Amino acid sequence: MGNITLRNVRKAFGNVVIIPDINLDIEDGEFVVFVGPSGCGKSTLLRLIAGLEDTTSGTISIDGRDVTGEAPAKRKLAMVFQSYALYPHMTVAKNIAFPLKMAGEDKATIERKVADAARVLNLTDYLERRPGQLSGGQRQRVAIGRAIVRQPSAFLFDEPLSNLDAALRGTMRLEISELHFQLKTTMIYVTHDQIEAMTMADKIVVLNAGNIEQVGSPMELYNAPRNLFVAGFIGSPKMNLIDGPPAEKFGAHTVGFRPEHIAISTTEGTWKGTVGVAEHLGSDTFLHVHTDDLGTVNVRASGEMKINHGDTVWLTPDPARIYRFDAAGLAI
Amino acid sequence: MARAVTTRTKAINTAVAWTVALVIFFPILYTLITSLKTEAEAIAGFDLIPSFTFESYVAVQTQNDYFKPFMNSVILALGSTLLALIVAIPAAWAMAFSPTKRTKDILMWMLSTKMMPAVAVLVPIYLIFLRTGLMDTRIGLTVMLMLINLPIVIWMLYTYFREIPGEILEAARMDGASLWNEILYILTPMAVPGIASTMLLNIILAWNESFWTIQLTTTNAAPLTAFIASFSSPQGLFWAKLSAASTLAIAPILIMGWFSQKQLVRGLTFGAVK
Repeated sequence: MGNITLRNVRKAFGNVVIIPDINLDIEDGEFVVFVGPSGCGKSTLLRLIAGLEDTTSGTISIDGRDVTGEAPAKRKLAMVFQSYALYPHMTVAKNIAFPLKMAGEDKATIERKVADAARVLNLTDYLERRPGQLSGGQRQRVAIGRAIVRQPSAFLFDEPLSNLDAALRGTMRLEISELHFQLKTTMIYVTHDQIEAMTMADKIVVLNAGNIEQVGSPMELYNAPRNLFVAGFIGSPKMNLIDGPPAEKFGAHTVGFRPEHIAISTTEGTWKGTVGVAEHLGSDTFLHVHTDDLGTVNVRASGEMKINHGDTVWLTPDPARIYRFDAAGLAI
Repeated sequence: MARAVTTRTKAINTAVAWTVALVIFFPILYTLITSLKTEAEAIAGFDLIPSFTFESYVAVQTQNDYFKPFMNSVILALGSTLLALIVAIPAAWAMAFSPTKRTKDILMWMLSTKMMPAVAVLVPIYLIFLRTGLMDTRIGLTVMLMLINLPIVIWMLYTYFREIPGEILEAARMDGASLWNEILYILTPMAVPGIASTMLLNIILAWNESFWTIQLTTTNAAPLTAFIASFSSPQGLFWAKLSAASTLAIAPILIMGWFSQKQLVRGLTFGAVK
């Protein structure tokens, strides 16, 4: 089981308040992603759940048991760190076996569980190597292996893929998602990468300056962002946010159009503009269009488009996909 | 871009390196050569070929027992190092893993004590030793040597411990390790190379320390440094005997240094390059 509940959790370092007051429910088996810009308190929140930091006030419970004052070792959680944090003086086998050894399991059980984990993670050939002799992806797998052997009630991941190159990041993202389908254990995953958040999460928690901006499924956040922050943070490329007189025409203080919800034409449309940079990716074309009315607008079109720097284009927003926000930045 | 190194530049570099090494090593070599000469040859002048006589060594041993100061040196070097580690490990540990606002200041203050010339505190320390009966005792000198090398020991260990990533300790905690298990299975194995290098360097520093060992001893606690000194003053200029005594005094530490040079170099350059 892995229900985790946070009630009025506050964390301050001296006078600096990192997390003012957070309430959050994480259901058993859920894949929850904490996402937000650097310094938003997402890692601190994870470390509070892990027990690596003490809460200033509030309570954290796991499966109904208050663990607020408990040492990390007693919370039955496993964590995968950004730097992998493998024990450099131990072999891969010993690294994976370490939590079992600490739990006082007998030798035969340890060997069996290490072999199982190694098979799941394709590490069988590397068991006698040391972390220093492994590649980044293999190290990450060892760190995950060390986390899964103990069958914890929840896994905590602290930006586990940010030290890997882009291609490997994509592969590991899939592997972690697969692992979640297999194990069905609660996973809490911290990242600043909204693509990781969108692709992996059952539930995304968007954090900003220590506060929860919105909690919801990836599609809920994409389709119905509660405020300007979430609207600007979720989605790639970023939503175009426009305020002033053009927004007032739509009856809002600020309006938002996602780049993929704007139609492009070379003959007619709502707004006229000149193409600044055109990024041709084959699968998509990203255009940065300088318009007379709205300033620069990012547009995304699928497939190839024969439009280049300096061309004149017409943009038309999808009327069903216009996001409106009031003066306080809240969705209307 | 890789720089092309021609055979010629390589040869010149090698020659220069050998010359510099020989110039640095020459005093030690000449001490060894002189120790193998007769007194008459030693005084006669500069000559690199000795008559390979061991009479100076025999004379040194009969005049002054070598064994006692040698044992004193061993006890002082090992004792002061051990004592320094006992104090420095927890100190460095605390500063490396739970630093406060003042940690850097404390470290600088410790190091600043090494900037003061020893002779500045000779009189008070001499008087303290005299009044407390520590003069010419191994205990007194062990504590003294420990104290003068302590700042360097703490600094070195602090640098080593700082290199151990905090996340690894946190990982151990998450893996269910108690504080004791964390120290036993994670911290100690990772810190052993650092502690070993620090120990070696401190043994060498303590072995070679000659200001306090000469000032605060007469016979009982006198180590090899005092043994050498005893050949220079009262007997006049007996170069061969003095050289024999010096060779005997530095031989053990040179041999130890030779065998542990890899550890030592690592210890001295640790943290400088990542």
